[in-house]
Amino acid sequence: MRQDLPTTNDREKCDKALEGLHYVDDPEVGLNVVDLGLIYELNFNEPEKKLECVMTLTTQFCPMGDHITSSVTDSLSNDFPDWDISIDLIFEPAWDFSKISPAGKDFLGH
Amino acid sequence: MIVSARGLQQTTNYKIVIPFYAYAAISLVVGTILLFLHTDVLYGHYFNPKTLAIVHTMALGWGTMVILGASHQLLPVLIESKLDSEPLAFLTFLCTAIGIPILVYGFYVFNLGWVAQLGAILVNIGVALYLVNVISSAFKSEKRNVHAWYIIVAALWLFSTTFFGLLLLFNFTHSVFAQNSVQYLSLHAHMGILGWFLMLVLGVGSRLIPMFLISMYSNEKLLWYIFVAANASILLFVSTQLFSLPFAVYCLSLISALAGVGGFVYYCYRSYKVRIRKGVDDQMKLSLTASVQMLFPIAVMLLMLLFSKNDSTKIATLYGFTIFFGWLTAIVLGMTFKTLPFIIWNIAYHKKAHKGKTPAPKDLFNESVFRAMQYSYLAGFIIFILAYILEIVWAIKLGALLLLIAACLYSFNTFKIILHKPNKL
Repeated sequence: MRQDLPTTNDREKCDKALEGLHYVDDPEVGLNVVDLGLIYELNFNEPEKKLECVMTLTTQFCPMGDHITSSVTDSLSNDFPDWDISIDLIFEPAWDFSKISPAGKDFLGH
Repeated sequence: MIVSARGLQQTTNYKIVIPFYAYAAISLVVGTILLFLHTDVLYGHYFNPKTLAIVHTMALGWGTMVILGASHQLLPVLIESKLDSEPLAFLTFLCTAIGIPILVYGFYVFNLGWVAQLGAILVNIGVALYLVNVISSAFKSEKRNVHAWYIIVAALWLFSTTFFGLLLLFNFTHSVFAQNSVQYLSLHAHMGILGWFLMLVLGVGSRLIPMFLISMYSNEKLLWYIFVAANASILLFVSTQLFSLPFAVYCLSLISALAGVGGFVYYCYRSYKVRIRKGVDDQMKLSLTASVQMLFPIAVMLLMLLFSKNDSTKIATLYGFTIFFGWLTAIVLGMTFKTLPFIIWNIAYHKKAHKGKTPAPKDLFNESVFRAMQYSYLAGFIIFILAYILEIVWAIKLGALLLLIAACLYSFNTFKIILHKPNKL
């Protein structure tokens, strides 16, 4: 299984969310959060209309962290307007190179 | 409906940070103008009004102010906790911003009495407030990593330097020390250069360089080793100056500094080698150049040891130049355009990122102007050093002129970023 794909309990909704998240860039890297592998999990609770996004940053001390998480929230709210969105920022497991998608690696010159 | 976003670092209010950057940019222009106008005094003893004015404009107005600004911004990143007091940070700016020009003017007109002393008192109040803020912020954090210790110790050395400088000024009008203040200038300078500038550049650089290279390299053990080596170097140097210790202790201090700087260069090299982003932008290249430039003053110091009997004044000036116009300026020139655009970008586009295509932080300054600044600075630095060694007067002026041009281009881009108006999306 590719490590860059987030785990989810609803692949169809996850794909919809990822489509929107492809437009959310890490401003420093210039690459979107999906290809960068920052999104770890997208958990949908259909009965309660709750969407939990478990994600990380390239470094725990990223000064753009606030901006990136806000943009992810905006994107998810846009695609799932009636849902409660929560972002859970975690640093364990830490983000590393293996989490970048093949397209992302190509973008970064690998 | 948005529920929450947990786990974020808190950042310092941009209104605290921006004035430091603006002030430093103006100081760099003033410092390079003074250098350009007074190249004639550089072959004399460094204790002369114009050299003192240039050194303090560069050390306080440029280096210290930009580092104070950046460290207020980066403190949460370094100590993993928020800045304890923003009003205290504002007071730090106010006191130092007023004190520095008074102090520099005092040196320039050689009024080492109340004018320079008033300036120095204000600078000391500002620095003392900064020290209190750093310590209270760091000790409110649950844990203190190696970077936090770098910034705490650097702030302590900064206060030691400015307070000692104040005492040296009073020593001109009152009898504070046993000897003339000129005898203690080297001690005062090295407390600032090694204790404040080097310590902070090592501490902040070791966090920022891997972060901006998107490098997974981390070696806390090596950072502690660098920390110990750098501090040992300063303490040994201070001891030799205060207690007239044997020459071997002085050599040990130099070896210790070399070990610390060498360790940092290795740390940067390892970060660079295992970086994830292959392309390295010009800002990072300039900052990485600075890490190599750190070895220049140590090389000059070795020259001093070998040839000090013949031309010690000339080598001492060269030593100071390779620090203030060398690695210190190079790392700030590069890092400004990695940190400042992000601060302004966050203000301008934080809430607009999802409304359309926003410019990237690097689009906030003119890249061609940055490149021109980079070339002008490097050419100016190299020409100045060679011309100074070979004693070619017109080429020294040319080197100083190129540095002045680089300073103007730096200021242009700095104010272009600060005054950026958000694009309509």
